[in-house]
Amino acid sequence: MGKPASLQAVHIPLHRRAIDALRRAADGDVFYSFIHSPVTVAATAVTLLIILSAVLAPWIAPQDPFDMASLDLMDAHTPPSWMADGNPKYLLGTDDQGRDVLSTILYGSRISLEVGFLSVIFSMVLGVGLGIVSGYAGGWLDAVIMRIAEIQISFPAILIALLTDGILRTVIPEARAEELALTVLIFSIGISGWVQYARTVRSSTMVERNREYVQAARVIGIHPVKIMLRHILPNVMGPVLVIATIHLAVAIITEATLSFLGVGVPPTEPSLGTLIRIGNDYLFSGEWWITIFPSAALAILVLAVNLLGDWMRDALNPKLR
Amino acid sequence: MSTSGAPQTSGGKDILLRVRGLKRYFDVSQPLLNRLLEGKPRQILRAVSGINFDIQRGHTFALVGESGCGKSTVANLVVGLYRPTAGTIEFDGQDLAKLQRRSELAAIRRKMAMIFQDPYASLNPRWRVFNIISEPIRAFGLLDDKQAIIDRTAQLLTQVGLSPQDGQKYPHEFSGGQRQRISIARALASDPQFIVCDEPTSALDVSVQAQILNLMSELQQRLGLSYLFISHDLAVVRHMADRIGVMYLGRLCESAPADTLFENPRHPYTRLLLDTIPDIEMTGRKRVPVAGEIPNPIDPPTGCAFHPRCPRVTDVCRRERPHLRPVADGIMVACHAVDAPDHLSGSQAAG
Amino acid sequence: MSEPLLNVAHLRIEFNTRRGTLVAVDDISFDVMPGEVFGVVGESGAGKSLTGQAIIGLLEPPGRIAAGEIRLDGRRIDNLPYGQMRRLRGRQIGMIFQDPLTSLNPLYTVGRQLVETIQTHTSMNHEEARRRAVALLEDVGIPAADKRIDHYPHQFSGGMRQRVVIALALCANPRLVIADEPTTALDVSIQAQIILLLKQLCEQYDTAVILITHDMGVIAEISDRVAVMYAGRIVEIGGVREVVKNARHPYARGLMGAIPSLHRRVEKLNQIDGSMPRLTEIPSGCAFHPRCPQAFERCRRERPDLVRVGESQVACWLYGRTS
Repeated sequence: MGKPASLQAVHIPLHRRAIDALRRAADGDVFYSFIHSPVTVAATAVTLLIILSAVLAPWIAPQDPFDMASLDLMDAHTPPSWMADGNPKYLLGTDDQGRDVLSTILYGSRISLEVGFLSVIFSMVLGVGLGIVSGYAGGWLDAVIMRIAEIQISFPAILIALLTDGILRTVIPEARAEELALTVLIFSIGISGWVQYARTVRSSTMVERNREYVQAARVIGIHPVKIMLRHILPNVMGPVLVIATIHLAVAIITEATLSFLGVGVPPTEPSLGTLIRIGNDYLFSGEWWITIFPSAALAILVLAVNLLGDWMRDALNPKLR
Repeated sequence: MSTSGAPQTSGGKDILLRVRGLKRYFDVSQPLLNRLLEGKPRQILRAVSGINFDIQRGHTFALVGESGCGKSTVANLVVGLYRPTAGTIEFDGQDLAKLQRRSELAAIRRKMAMIFQDPYASLNPRWRVFNIISEPIRAFGLLDDKQAIIDRTAQLLTQVGLSPQDGQKYPHEFSGGQRQRISIARALASDPQFIVCDEPTSALDVSVQAQILNLMSELQQRLGLSYLFISHDLAVVRHMADRIGVMYLGRLCESAPADTLFENPRHPYTRLLLDTIPDIEMTGRKRVPVAGEIPNPIDPPTGCAFHPRCPRVTDVCRRERPHLRPVADGIMVACHAVDAPDHLSGSQAAG
Repeated sequence: MSEPLLNVAHLRIEFNTRRGTLVAVDDISFDVMPGEVFGVVGESGAGKSLTGQAIIGLLEPPGRIAAGEIRLDGRRIDNLPYGQMRRLRGRQIGMIFQDPLTSLNPLYTVGRQLVETIQTHTSMNHEEARRRAVALLEDVGIPAADKRIDHYPHQFSGGMRQRVVIALALCANPRLVIADEPTTALDVSIQAQIILLLKQLCEQYDTAVILITHDMGVIAEISDRVAVMYAGRIVEIGGVREVVKNARHPYARGLMGAIPSLHRRVEKLNQIDGSMPRLTEIPSGCAFHPRCPQAFERCRRERPDLVRVGESQVACWLYGRTS
C-alpha cells in the first residue's frame, strides 16, 4: 500500500521543488521585510550593479587600461568630459598614464571584489571549521583555539593583515612575488577575519550539540565529523551569512587600505585602493578626478554592502542586534 | 549482590538489560585558575550514585522522580551518550563497556533506540522527515537499495499513524504530537528490541499524550519491545510500567511492580509522592504536601538523602545510608524504617 | 446569588497579521464570583492565557480586544487608559506567572520589590511597608522571613520563588488574582505545596482566583467552577465536580478520559484523534467537529452557543435548545 504513494512522494521533480521553494520564499517574512525596506532594495540594486559591471568590465569598459598598446600618453591628465579641457572619449577623465578613469574603476572594482570575496570565503571556511570543532569537542582543543582567537582579536585586524602580508612577502622568493601577490593578500586579509566566525559558530554549536536531534544522531553512532557537517553546520549557518556580508565590506576596505599603503596588489593590476593611492599624488596639483572617482566608487560599494548586511542581521537574526 | 555469572536468566526471567552499581559523577568545579585563586575545592555532582535494576524482555521498567534525581542521566548512560563513572550495563548478556570494536558496538546499538522529551528539539529542523527517519537505516547499513529504504520509511510512517507522503515535509509543518510520532518512527527504523523513552509525553497536551501512550503500548505488543520509561508523571508511569523504580538524589529508594507500588508504597518518599499528586478523582483524601525542598545534589544530606523531609526520620537515618534490599517478593526498599522479613534479608537481590 | 466580581462578555481577541486577521479568542463569556476559584483549562493554543492577559490589560500587540466587554465590579476595564489600568493592576487584580524567575527582577532584593509594590498601591511609609512585606512572606510560608527579605531572587529555590511571586501578587490585597500555569515549572512535591498555599491564602484574603492551567489535576484540586476552552472558545462551564466527573461536551469528556488514572490501570487510554487546529485553519461550525466522534451535519455548518444542561453550560449540538 505504501509503495506507489511513497514513490510519488519522494520523486517530486526538481523544477516543482524549485517553484515551491520560490513560492515559500516570496511568502516568507524575510522577503516581506526586504520589500518593505526601500533602503535595502536600493542597496541591493547598487551592490548588484557594481558586481555586474565589475564582472562584465572587459566587455563594457571603454578601454582596456592594462593594454599598454591602447594607451596614449598624450591623453594623460585629461579632466572629466564635462569640463573645459574634457574629452568625450574619457567620461571621467584620465590618469597620469592616459588610462581612462572609468575603465580603471571598472577593472579596479573587479580586483577589489575578487580579493574581498575570496578572503571572506577563506575567513569563513577557517572560522566556521575551527568554531564548530571548538564548540563540539570542547575541552583542551576548545581552550587552545579560543585562546588563539582571543590573542588575535586583541590586535586590530589591519595589523594582523599587515603583519601576515609582511612575513609572507619575505618568505616568498622575489621571482614569484608578483604572481603570488594576490594570493598573499587574500590569505593575509582572510587570516585577519576568522575570529568572529569562529566565536559565533562556537557558541551556536554549543547550543545545538546539546539539542536532542544531535543526541539522537549520537545514539545511533554517527561519526562526530558527520554530525558536525550534516547536522550542526546547516543549523549554525544563519548568523554566518550575516557576518560574511558585513565582513565583505570590511575585507574590501582592508584590501583598499593595504593597497593604499603600497603593500597590496601590484600597480600593474590596480584595485580601487591602488587607484586611490596613485591619484592621491595628483590631488594637490588640481587633478582631483584621478583619486576622487575611485574613492567614491569604493565608498558607494562599501556603503551598499554594509546596508545590506545590516538589514540581513535585523531580518534574519534579531538576537545578533 | 552479584555482578557476575550467567546474565541470561535470573530466577527464570529473561533479562534484556541488567544494570549494576551504575554511577555517574560530573565535575562541576570552577575552572582551575578560579579554584586556585579563590581557594575553592573541587565540586563533584553525583548525578547517579550506584543503582541496580533489571529489565525483562518485553516489559516496561519506569524510573520516576523529581528534577535532579538522576533519572535522565540513567537514560543517557544506558544508550551510551555518557560513559559510566563506575558500574556495568549489560544488554542481552553483553557488557557494553567491554565492546571495543566499532562493528560490535554498532550491532548492539541498532538494537537500542531512544525517544526524547522535546518534539521540537529532537528533529533536525533542516532535514526532511524522510531523511530523519531513514538516518538509522543508512547509518547501520541495514538496507542498501534506495527503493528499499523508501519502502521501509513509508512503512514506518504508516506504522506510527502518519502517511508516506509526510516524508517530504519538514518538521515545522507538524504539530507536537505528530513530531513525537516521527521521533518514534525514527526509533523503530533500526528494528530495535529496546527503547529508552526520556519523558516522551511531558511536552505534549493531555489528549495528544493519550495518543502517543496508546501508540507506544500498541507497538510494544506488536513488536515485542522493551522500554525503559523515564517520567516525573506518576499517573503516566502507572499506565505504562510493569515495574517502577523511584529515584531520589541519584539513588533508587524503592523498586516494585507497578500495581504493588501504587497500592502499597513502602518508602516514605514514595508514599508522600503519591499523596501529593493533584488528584482528578477527588477522592476527598486529605493531602499532606511533602515538607521542604529537594536538597542540592552537589551537597546531599548525610545518611539517607531523604531524611530532612522524612516524617519517620530517626537518628540512624542521619548517620547511615540505607541500602536497597528486598522486603517482600519482588519489592526492594532503601529505608531504615521499613522492616525486612527474616527470610528475605539474606536472599539475593534481583530487580 | 451575589453580584459577580468579574464579568467577561462576548470577548474576542484578534491578531492582525499581514496574512489577515486571526481570531484567537472567539466570543467567550463568563462570570467570576467574589472569593471563588475559577479554573480555565485547555490545551496549548486554546486561548486561555490570552484571556488572562486581556483581563489584566497585558495583551501584547499585535493581539487586541476586538469585541466584548470586561467588567470588574460592574465597571468596564477593557477600555481603560494605560495609566488607570496600571493602577488597577496590582491593587485590584494581581498576576502570578508560570515562571517565577522572569516575574522577579534579579537585580533587586525581594524585599525591595515587595516594599516598592506595596508603596505604589498604599499610603504606607517605608517602615510600615517593610513590616507588611515580612508579614506577607511569613504568610506564604517562607521561613525566617525577616532575614530572607533581603535576599535576591536567585538565592531562593524554584518553589520559594513562586511563593515570593504569590506574596507580590497579594501585597495590595487585590480582589482578583490571575494565576497563569502557576505550578507548571515546579516539581510534583512542590506543586502541591503551592496549590494548597494559593487556595488557603485566597480564602484568608477573600480573593477570587482565575486559575489558568492545562493540568486537570490542579483544577480538580482547588477550583470551585471550571471553564473548558477549545480553539478559542468555551465549550463547557460548570461546577468542578460536575465537569470532571460528568463532562457533557465530547471534548471535555475526551479530555477527562485521556488522563491516565492513578487508581486503575486500563488497557487503552481514551484518545481524541488529531490535534487542536491552528488559528489559520479553524474549522467551520463547531471547531471540534473534525475530531468529534459524535459529529453530525449541523456541527459542520453552525456554531453552537453555550446552553444550560443540568448544572453546567455546554456548547454542543448534542444538547438541544431546551430550557
